[in-house]
Amino acid sequence: MPSKFKLLLDSGKFIMTSEIGPPKGTNIEKMHHHIDILKDKVDAINVTDHQSSVMRFPSIGGCLAIEERGGEPILQMTCRDRNRLALQAELLFAYVRGVRNVLCLTGDAVPVGDHKEAKGVFDLDSVQLLRAIQTMESGKDLGGNDLDGNVEFCAGAIVTPEANPIEPQLIKFEKKIEAGAEFFQTQAVYDLDKFTRFMQFARRFPVKVLAGIVLLSSAKMAKYMTENVPGIFVPQHLIDELANAPKGTALNKGIEIAGRMVATLKKEAICDGVHIMAIGKEEVVPDILTAAGI
Amino acid sequence: MKSITKQKSFNEVMQQLHDFSRIFIAGCGTCTTLTRTGGIEEVAAMKEQLQSQGKLVTGSVVIPVACDDITAALAQENNSSIQSSQAILVMSCALGVHRMSQNVINKPVFPALDTLFIGMDDGQGLFHEVCAQCGQCVLGEMAGVCPITACHKGLLNGPCGGTNNGKCEVDKERDCAWTLIYNRLKDQNRLDTMRKYQPPKNYQVLPRPRAIKVL
Repeated sequence: MPSKFKLLLDSGKFIMTSEIGPPKGTNIEKMHHHIDILKDKVDAINVTDHQSSVMRFPSIGGCLAIEERGGEPILQMTCRDRNRLALQAELLFAYVRGVRNVLCLTGDAVPVGDHKEAKGVFDLDSVQLLRAIQTMESGKDLGGNDLDGNVEFCAGAIVTPEANPIEPQLIKFEKKIEAGAEFFQTQAVYDLDKFTRFMQFARRFPVKVLAGIVLLSSAKMAKYMTENVPGIFVPQHLIDELANAPKGTALNKGIEIAGRMVATLKKEAICDGVHIMAIGKEEVVPDILTAAGI
Repeated sequence: MKSITKQKSFNEVMQQLHDFSRIFIAGCGTCTTLTRTGGIEEVAAMKEQLQSQGKLVTGSVVIPVACDDITAALAQENNSSIQSSQAILVMSCALGVHRMSQNVINKPVFPALDTLFIGMDDGQGLFHEVCAQCGQCVLGEMAGVCPITACHKGLLNGPCGGTNNGKCEVDKERDCAWTLIYNRLKDQNRLDTMRKYQPPKNYQVLPRPRAIKVL
């Protein structure tokens, strides 16, 4: 049976997803609070998988909490920490526990995180992980053995529409689609003209694309991301807009900018939905939706 | 092909030799001479340093090729200084340490160097890792750029999201392997090769411990 999220993707509705980051430790109250804020406001909630290679409570644990609290989870799965046995085992567990949406990622490099001496696994890459899901859905594991009990997932992937050079990204985008990706959540986009050009390419394929919206909380943060985060470019006019906001209101301006982008993407039907990343400020996601007129 | 090494800190060398006061030193005339980690000058410097810390150096040798069986002959030739030592400090890559351990089985053998990678030099003293000896060479399909060694994550199906203006997320000075592969395949009019799905690698081509008999 297709997941709730898959049915929504196929319905043609403008999709809204958001994400939460699990805690570093066993205090899961804040994570539960974020889930409760988001679960009725968005169509599905991603749970990050040791984002930025920082060790945390696991993604699958966050997904189970979303399930228990009545939301629709998207399990983020990176290839950084598990070999092909562990990845398949987790997919079996996820399926049995009702987690049916999986976002397949390569994963950040180990040295950018907080366990710099750890071994990066990368036994599979993101394309191979997508294929692994296809293989498991056909009733086999990667060793060619029969599975006792089927799995069925809605598999997704990511793409960076503003990567430079863009062509290798587009080739990988196509490979991910051939490997079974049904939806894409993009890296943050701010330049909607550039993104529209990317969508002209993406529209040639039978996949749904949700534009990544990362909340800008200050001019400083926007500049930092442009200078340091691969594939993110905040145009100068947005940085100026944040810098010119009256003191203490930069976050409100960031909410307004994000809301404006969501509204434009929806109104002009540029893509199939949005994926809102508030990075620690999950409680303002409903405000972004309000600002977008949703 | 060069075995690329770096010297352990002198503190670590001293910790290894803590229980021993009489030391024999062996260097190598090939790779560690080239990388200036275990040639004639470095062996002499190590001798001086050890002596300044109160160790007695019973003798030293720079073996022309420490990984070769010439080590056996030189161990024999230096047998009296070796036997009057309590431990042997080897300033070659790990292959030379192995050779020495095989030849002098009654003495503890300690590495003075850490072996980093098999490298190729650019003629200007810069050594690059170009082969991880994975047992499944894909260089033909990757236009001569190995994604196992040149990509931090060893990705086979294209760049990750960490690629940034042709550089790697791990180090802004390092080229993104997949940008290099893309550019070369494009120049060769072979981009279809990049579109081909690369299946997961076989990590058991030759299961560890690896050995192969050719004669």
